[in-house]
Amino acid sequence: MTNANRVFSALHDPTRRAVLERLRDSPCAVGEIASALPVSRPAVSQHLKVLKEAGLVSDRSEGTRRIYFIDPKGLGAMRAWLDQFWEAALAAYVAEVDSKEKARE
Amino acid sequence: MNLHIQPAPVRKSIHVNAPPERAFDVFANGIGRWWPKSHKIGKADLDEPVIEPREGGRWYERDVDGSECEIGRVLVWDPPSRLVLAWQLTADWAYDANLVTEVEVLFTRDTNGTRVDLEHRHLERMGESADAARESVDSPNGWGLILQLFSDEAAR
Repeated sequence: MTNANRVFSALHDPTRRAVLERLRDSPCAVGEIASALPVSRPAVSQHLKVLKEAGLVSDRSEGTRRIYFIDPKGLGAMRAWLDQFWEAALAAYVAEVDSKEKARE
Repeated sequence: MNLHIQPAPVRKSIHVNAPPERAFDVFANGIGRWWPKSHKIGKADLDEPVIEPREGGRWYERDVDGSECEIGRVLVWDPPSRLVLAWQLTADWAYDANLVTEVEVLFTRDTNGTRVDLEHRHLERMGESADAARESVDSPNGWGLILQLFSDEAAR
């Protein structure tokens, strides 16, 4: 799976978007995210794992706690979006050139 | 904490069944015929994007109500082999004259047509611009919008 696809598939899930929205306010631990959402702690951990693999979320240790945070500028997501955008735009461009060439034949 | 991310350029290579002259012409002069209508920055519906065919020319979108919104400008106009555009949209989709990310498009003749290599680079500058925006006003940092774009795409 390309990075863009991984990001799209990670963000497809509404709970994962809710987790990101929570992290957007401030970095926090699994328990704090779980208490704000109607999902269990293990489920939140699973969602964080997917978000981490997509490069949207990172973590660090603070004493015995693991704190999760997002790229504050959203650049990883922006890049993935542009990747997807140019993919679609260039496919349309190729179709336009090819249809012109067909008309000339 | 401050996190420094250097996103890699977005790179795409495709092949078209036409010589470089026509490939360049359709890309630049014909951008209104292939640019996705859903990708617009103005409030009104997009009529077409326009690239003025010269170095320093404007790159803008014209909307159906006649309004125009800047996207960027032409940095290099060298048909039929090279086009470099400045994409001057921030992560929250606003035009910023001080922000320059580059889209370079190379057209290379190959056996039965043209190879087109596109590179969109200096994306990290969008982060610098987001910092500057946050310092001056409490503007949205782009996350909300990007999440919205993703969920719109995902819902398609």
